[in-house]
Amino acid sequence: MTVALFLEQILNGLQLGVMLFLMAAGLTLIFGVMGLINLAHGSLFMVGGFVCAAVAAWTGSFWIGLIASLAAAAALGALVEITVIRRLYDRDHLDQVLATFALVLMFSEGVRFVFGSFPLYLDPPAFLSGPVTLPGGLPYPAYRLAIIIAGLAVAAGLGLLISRTRLGMQIRAGEADREMIAALGVDIRFLYTVVFALGAALAGFAGALIGAIQSVQIGMGEPVLILAFVVIVIGGIGSIRGALVAALIVGLVDTLGRFLLPTLLANVMEASAARGVGSALASMLIYLLMAVVLVFKPKGLFPANA
Amino acid sequence: MKKTVLSLATAASLLAGVSFAAAEPVKVGMITTLSGGGASLGIDVRDGFELALKQSGRTDIELIVEDDAQKPDLAVQLADKLIQSDKVDIMTGIIWSNLAMAVVPGAVAQGKIYLSPNAGPSALAGAGCNENYFNVAWQNDNLHEGMGAYATTAGFKKSFILAPNYPAGKDALTGFKRFFKGEVVKEIYTQLGQTDYAAEIAEIRASGADSVFFFLPGGMGIAFMKQYAGAGVEVPLLGPAFSFDQNILQAVGDAALGVKNTSQWSKDIDNETNKAFVESYQAAYGRLPSLYSSQGFDTANLLISAMDAASISDKDAFRAALKAANFKSTRGDFKFGANNHPIQDIYVREVVKEGDVFTNKLIGVALEDHADAYAADCKM
Repeated sequence: MTVALFLEQILNGLQLGVMLFLMAAGLTLIFGVMGLINLAHGSLFMVGGFVCAAVAAWTGSFWIGLIASLAAAAALGALVEITVIRRLYDRDHLDQVLATFALVLMFSEGVRFVFGSFPLYLDPPAFLSGPVTLPGGLPYPAYRLAIIIAGLAVAAGLGLLISRTRLGMQIRAGEADREMIAALGVDIRFLYTVVFALGAALAGFAGALIGAIQSVQIGMGEPVLILAFVVIVIGGIGSIRGALVAALIVGLVDTLGRFLLPTLLANVMEASAARGVGSALASMLIYLLMAVVLVFKPKGLFPANA
Repeated sequence: MKKTVLSLATAASLLAGVSFAAAEPVKVGMITTLSGGGASLGIDVRDGFELALKQSGRTDIELIVEDDAQKPDLAVQLADKLIQSDKVDIMTGIIWSNLAMAVVPGAVAQGKIYLSPNAGPSALAGAGCNENYFNVAWQNDNLHEGMGAYATTAGFKKSFILAPNYPAGKDALTGFKRFFKGEVVKEIYTQLGQTDYAAEIAEIRASGADSVFFFLPGGMGIAFMKQYAGAGVEVPLLGPAFSFDQNILQAVGDAALGVKNTSQWSKDIDNETNKAFVESYQAAYGRLPSLYSSQGFDTANLLISAMDAASISDKDAFRAALKAANFKSTRGDFKFGANNHPIQDIYVREVVKEGDVFTNKLIGVALEDHADAYAADCKM
């Protein structure tokens, strides 16, 4: 194993981490402010990927596709909030899970109805499609580097939005005590719609970014959604900062675990057994991490209402 | 979803009181994947099957199609329904090996004839073979064995191999290693459904291999190939046709150009049946057929050929007629081995671009008249 390979894997872990952050940020905001478990968040990720692919194919520009996916996911998020989600705030979590799971099925079949059953084609813009050489002579895919930068920029922007703006203040107040800010004259229904649309836009943005290096297909959001739930549990539900830290930790642990565990185990057991056990353990690693974090910090690393 | 294919001609002929030869009507139950991420495979098999029925002009085949959503438990329920309430004579359609293992042993034990248009798990080819089970596609290992043989003749010495950590993935790497004479520098099992391969690609770059063999069907393959191209690793890719079927290629784009893959079928195999099949499929559905389409088409034609030779009520004669495989396959020569699995040529194809469409072109034969490695264990 070389230093270059190790560095490359760290970058890969960071990239997975910021992508998870984009998903987890919306999820944790929605849970923190509205107390809603939204299983359909993965569907918004999928819609983002599909809209970006379709618009990019139609216009020939990835960037127009990216903007369209943001707009489409935000609009869809607002629509879903007004028509369905709004009725769920006062219900218990089981009802929310059932209703949003129904949304998952409807979105999947709806996307199939509109775009067909076959995976769509979406490529990164030409100037990001190859590798770049990092200082030290390490070749790394330019597009993954762009995802890391875009993700960190979104994280910074979101941090500013929450801590410095009026909307952010209302969001924080909504997390702390929603009856009180309603009593103070803030239009809480409108605030909920805005937060939901913001979360949806982030998911759609992530879907479009990831669609260019993965497969734009029905159900692409669910595996990411599961990881995003792990992230918000580790980070502390409702906390943006927690989501960022936890997303980076999960990204790094998952990537480095897949890469290092089989190699490490090969020192203590026979090679083919090490491969089997190593890859099985690697896929469990983040759940083990979650369990350990919850033992020591039952409310996650950065509890929102501490 | 329930769909009954009965041509208008049937109605007309029934009304006119004309009856065709002695043929008894045959009820066919198809369980396949029509929703979820794996839907494109099932849709192609169904479309190929229906096209063959339509072209035959047969009026004595009733087809019932059910969607298993790629879920084994659902497939078992549907099989019970087809057998007990629809009383089908023949079953077919399953795409995934884990679903086939859940449904096929039970169905054939109840005396139903099962024609597999895709899945070919080793358990059903060896000791678990059955006189009622016919595989019209391949045994799971076959295409990987073909690629092992091709990699050896093409002069590759050091191969990096990877597949998902599930039974068919293990069969794939076993099949490749059975025929690859070079060194395997590293063997990786990825998670089933994994979408990010950055860690594996970094290892490939550092491994010093001269070739990469991968079996990642569906979306996994799309993700892997796009990320591989983006990483700028120059090591040539090799794989079975499942990672390069007609529908996947359009989603991968330029990243797949020039990649070699092995298949039992290609759209440019030179025979009349295949030419007519490709043309009529395009005319009917507005897209090129995939290997899955050809498998559905061949399965239906096999069934029709057996119905011409024997009546479904005489099970022994009907099985013998199926085993004779007296139909014109899109693959050219086709026959069954002792375990009811195909003996056929495995071809090597290369991904090319024709106009705006990515597709495969034949470049050679990897293994001729290839049978599977499990036939000897089959005591039938």
